[in-house]
Amino acid sequence: MASHESISIAINAARAKGRTALVGFLTAGFPSRATFRKNLLAVAQCCDVVEIGVPFSDPMADGTTIQRASAAALLDGVTLPWILDELRALQPRTGAPLLLMSYLNPLLAFGLDLLPQAAHAAGVSGFIVPDLPYEESDDLKTALNEAKIALVQMVTPVTQEDRLKKLCAGAQGFIYAVTMTGTTGKAVDVPDDALEYMQRVKRAASIPVCAGFGIRSRAQVDRLGACVDGVIVGSALVEILERNEDPQPFLKSLVGEPV
Amino acid sequence: MNTQLKTTMPDFNAYPDARGRFGSFGGRYVPETLVPALDRLQEGVRRYLVDADFQAELVSELKTWAGRPTPLTRAHTLSKRWGAEVWLKREDMAHTGAHKINNALGQTLLAKRLGAKRIIAETGAGQHGVASAAAAARMGMPCVIYMGAVDVERQSPNVGRMRLMGAEVVSVTSGDKTLRAAIDEALRDWVSDPNGTYYSLGSALGPHPYPYLVRELQSVIGKEARAQIQLQAGGLPDVAVACVGGGSNAIGLFHPFVNDAGVQLLGIEAGGRGSGLGDNAATLTFGSPGVLHGTYSMLLQDKFGQVQETHSVSAGLDYPGVGPEHALLQSCGRATYESANDEETLEALMECAKYEGILSAIETAHALVGARRYARANPGSRILIGFSGRGDKDMPILQRTVLKDLL
Repeated sequence: MASHESISIAINAARAKGRTALVGFLTAGFPSRATFRKNLLAVAQCCDVVEIGVPFSDPMADGTTIQRASAAALLDGVTLPWILDELRALQPRTGAPLLLMSYLNPLLAFGLDLLPQAAHAAGVSGFIVPDLPYEESDDLKTALNEAKIALVQMVTPVTQEDRLKKLCAGAQGFIYAVTMTGTTGKAVDVPDDALEYMQRVKRAASIPVCAGFGIRSRAQVDRLGACVDGVIVGSALVEILERNEDPQPFLKSLVGEPV
Repeated sequence: MNTQLKTTMPDFNAYPDARGRFGSFGGRYVPETLVPALDRLQEGVRRYLVDADFQAELVSELKTWAGRPTPLTRAHTLSKRWGAEVWLKREDMAHTGAHKINNALGQTLLAKRLGAKRIIAETGAGQHGVASAAAAARMGMPCVIYMGAVDVERQSPNVGRMRLMGAEVVSVTSGDKTLRAAIDEALRDWVSDPNGTYYSLGSALGPHPYPYLVRELQSVIGKEARAQIQLQAGGLPDVAVACVGGGSNAIGLFHPFVNDAGVQLLGIEAGGRGSGLGDNAATLTFGSPGVLHGTYSMLLQDKFGQVQETHSVSAGLDYPGVGPEHALLQSCGRATYESANDEETLEALMECAKYEGILSAIETAHALVGARRYARANPGSRILIGFSGRGDKDMPILQRTVLKDLL
């Protein structure tokens, strides 16, 4: 199976079971490098897709939680080569496809010529690059696609209809529908116009749509799950890992059977 | 070398291209949320920068409110001491004390035409913050200024000025707590309200169309200086020298001279306390290409692409990136970039204050170091210095450094 298709297959499989797919985000090497693989496996057991944050010095799309996690990870010496080493050493392999969320500059520093093969060898199925808009994405997308790795496209509530169609037409893996205008982590209620926007995205998309930014509760997931295929939970999960708590009860509470 | 300039150099008026590129530099690397806002800004820039009503209002405000044109001053004593013909383009005489007002006023007028409800801006030394606060007050718009906590402390007089002019000053405690963190925070604010908020970026950097917009608004410096020096000195300068942080005053001075083959362009970066990573803010001297704050340009970064903290005695130059047009001018050899360290910069500041009766901003004093170095290497040459700002705001740091030593 091409790894690039494994992402949409995993999301659709959750949907086929009658539940909302769950994409879990954790910052690599946070709260410590020593617990990264353990945390990753714990998250992967409860999620359909796992998004691994590559820390960056200037995370302009992120709120305070992920800023704090990124800064701490960098201080601890977390780098993209270290993350790829850790993923290569991961045992057992996870069933959930792995994505890397990285700002562009660490990827440029690694080298777009070397990145696809190194990511492929580490079992990475896709990338999310929050500061790389569609118009600038050709080079990275072409390079990743040669290794059958997806570049996930974000859309937002201010993305106009014609642009939405263009972004969805070239999308791979899933469409990352940002719930609101803002940074990650602030809890959002899900007003009716957010649902209408999600429905617009869903209509434009031919691959699964997942909603992210500010997802913290079962109530949000239930409301969004009526319109989209999955949700992405980031800051709320990072805060649990930060407290060295077991992430599984929280993740199960979002999409699993009611307790 | 200079006589061959025209045949070997690219057509600088062709930049930026449709994608916002200056050669391979520039572009637009932002979250998707900001793309529609930047499209609107780009359309606004295309429409209004050449609009007769907009230009009439801008020119009138620059003249009657901001005090333009600024004078060109012959520095008699520095000329004698350095063995050259030294001219100062006096942006310190512009309202709020630096060139920053040219850009802040222009962008505020643009924001108003684009229907924005509030202005946000970042500031390092506080000069763009003060200029933005002043322009917003003049135009009756609410204004929020993001300023690193370190800079709030070391440029405290400017914080008070912003507040007096009605701006809210947000002290940024994330990241490096200086200009870079302030830009991160301003971008986060803008991402939260891309429709109602206008981000008035203070330097010729960031995503397209900012490097172009800021250059166009700051080019008034070079246009005036070019006419003045021909009138007052009888010809063009041999070199135009300016300090470079993000590079807005430098590009504003350089751009109108860029096709004058006989005029060398010399940018002076903050050499700080040495050449090591973290010891300076000399991006073009020590950096490598990368993406920060929406643009592909030169960057001070480690081998993993993490942007590095910088050091400079001047808050306004304390930034790890630089505008993409400077990266182009450097890469094709049209401009050269050197650095001046903290110590020689403070010496030059004192020399100019003592012998010309002009207290420069510490940022500006970097250009004085470069000009003096050029004069020593090229005796008798005609030197135009972009005198970007005045030093009143630097009194707290001058009290702790050079004035302490004088006692």
